[in-house]
Amino acid sequence: MSNAELIAQDPGWIIALKSLIVFAACVVLTIMAVWGERRLVAKMQMRLGPNRVGKFGLLQGLVDGVKLALKEDLIPKGADRVVFVIAPIISVTTCFMAFAVIPISGEVSFFGYQTALQLTDLPVGVLYILATASVGVYGIVLAGWSSGSTYPLLGGLRSSAQVISYEIAMGLSLVAVFIYAGSMSTSEIVDAQSQFWYAVILFPSFIIYAISMVGETNRAPFDLAEAEGELVGGFHTEYSSLKFALFFLAEYVNIIAVSALATTLFLGGYRALPGLSFTEQWLGGWFTVVWFFAKVLFFFFIFVWLRGTLPRLRYDQFMKFGWKVLIPASLAWIMVVATLRVMTQQGSSQFLIASFIFAVVLIYFAVSATVEKSRLKLKAESQLVDVPTPDFPVPEIPKSRMEQLNG
Amino acid sequence: MADELMPRSSENGLGKANEAKMPITNTEPATFTKQLLGFWVTFKSIFKKVNTVQYPEVKEPTAPRFHGRHQLNRHPDGLEKCIGCELCAWACPADAIYVEGADNKEGEQFSPGERYGKVYQINYLRCVFCGLCIEACPTRALTMTNEYELADSTREKLIFEKEDLLGPLRAGMLPPPHPMYPNTTDANYYRGEVTGSHPSQGEAKNA
Repeated sequence: MSNAELIAQDPGWIIALKSLIVFAACVVLTIMAVWGERRLVAKMQMRLGPNRVGKFGLLQGLVDGVKLALKEDLIPKGADRVVFVIAPIISVTTCFMAFAVIPISGEVSFFGYQTALQLTDLPVGVLYILATASVGVYGIVLAGWSSGSTYPLLGGLRSSAQVISYEIAMGLSLVAVFIYAGSMSTSEIVDAQSQFWYAVILFPSFIIYAISMVGETNRAPFDLAEAEGELVGGFHTEYSSLKFALFFLAEYVNIIAVSALATTLFLGGYRALPGLSFTEQWLGGWFTVVWFFAKVLFFFFIFVWLRGTLPRLRYDQFMKFGWKVLIPASLAWIMVVATLRVMTQQGSSQFLIASFIFAVVLIYFAVSATVEKSRLKLKAESQLVDVPTPDFPVPEIPKSRMEQLNG
Repeated sequence: MADELMPRSSENGLGKANEAKMPITNTEPATFTKQLLGFWVTFKSIFKKVNTVQYPEVKEPTAPRFHGRHQLNRHPDGLEKCIGCELCAWACPADAIYVEGADNKEGEQFSPGERYGKVYQINYLRCVFCGLCIEACPTRALTMTNEYELADSTREKLIFEKEDLLGPLRAGMLPPPHPMYPNTTDANYYRGEVTGSHPSQGEAKNA
């Protein structure tokens, strides 16, 4: 039985219980993620990180949450009060909603009912996730705008531009998955990966998704929206107390949600690693939950690793990378994948497919060669010309321009 | 001398600096593989020994000449070295030291010679631990210890009085006021000729 059919038989109270579990799992994961991230980043910088509250500082996230909740709740005078309050709510609810279609386990016995740990299984599940993520941007934009202050506005603008740009690359990277799985339902995509993970056969898509998911969640090295050195706190500069805690929660739930989506679409979801499929039957199928969260935590580790390693990008470089590298690369890759898919489905000969791949490789090398050549040419043109230095102090001016001025 | 007053010429001015072909390294961005190496650096660091010291539980000794809390020293017979000259207070760039000198009287001798420091206060909310007071002190009365735990809850508690700053009474030292060593002047004290107390100066309180 497919997940969709299993879930369809759920009585109401099981659906309610499942939503509670999804919600609680997200909140608990966030609290642990805050602790885990701080410990890991600290280790990467040869520090210890929080180790005071509870064993190994495990309760740090919880205590931070309590501290935030007890702080004074400020609303600036210039703020649009209604929007100011609604913005964090939009931000946090959309993050949680994305989790509704993620299949966390295979078929398990749940209080005597055979079901799967998945709240609902939409035929367009992945589209639904993209949609909620897009609505989540409103939280950030509105927060920036309603604060009635400069830095939050700039942060909000940056963030919206960023999320919208990287959503295109993200959506395009998913198209290849849809083409191969023949479905947009998350559980069917997981089932389609029973032989090969899409991270293997659609490796370029996986890489593009992995990069764009970091951009999508406003995380380092793409955390331009809350660049402390440039914009104070970005869109949440004016927020305090519980409203700030909601943004904080939203950020981490978002990270977990995109990690879960990456797990589902590229790493075989709740299924075991290749060669360990017998573990899927352990504990009456409940062991698949362990596999799912192991993969999600793997992605979370990558997030922390990126943060510990890379400096923040400059804004123009970041946009250039998104629009001029990720999106064209994604489009070209989709064309290749789609053509290959159609060829195999129409039963083209092996020779035809091989020659197509050969042609693609050839075109790739030709294009990269011309790009390299034009780059070298540009570089040669921009070489500075030596001009005699005047005998009075001058500020630094590119010397080629000096020559123009001097005649 | 005239050429020393000449305005900056291109030989030694900014123009010269521009002319100097300073070798600029790293003009090329690092290659992709080199950038990937950075990930290995951070990953490796996870398993390295951490540098953190668990401070309140574990205390690392300071450098031997660390500038910590001040101390007012004594002569070997227990008399104070401070003569109340206020040179430390004058040297202090943060105006953290307050000194009031007074005359030693017959039967009320605190330091060898004429004067002693009657009031001696250091405000540790102002002190910047530069050590200029120690350099200024003519009798080596004021020195610094390695003690650095100087936090407290009120401003008043952080103004250290003479009692807080005076060094402990070591073996053979008598608590002042007491007379000077018999048949000596302050000069003998400064030459280091007084090495302990004399019975005529009083009896040590050995309780």
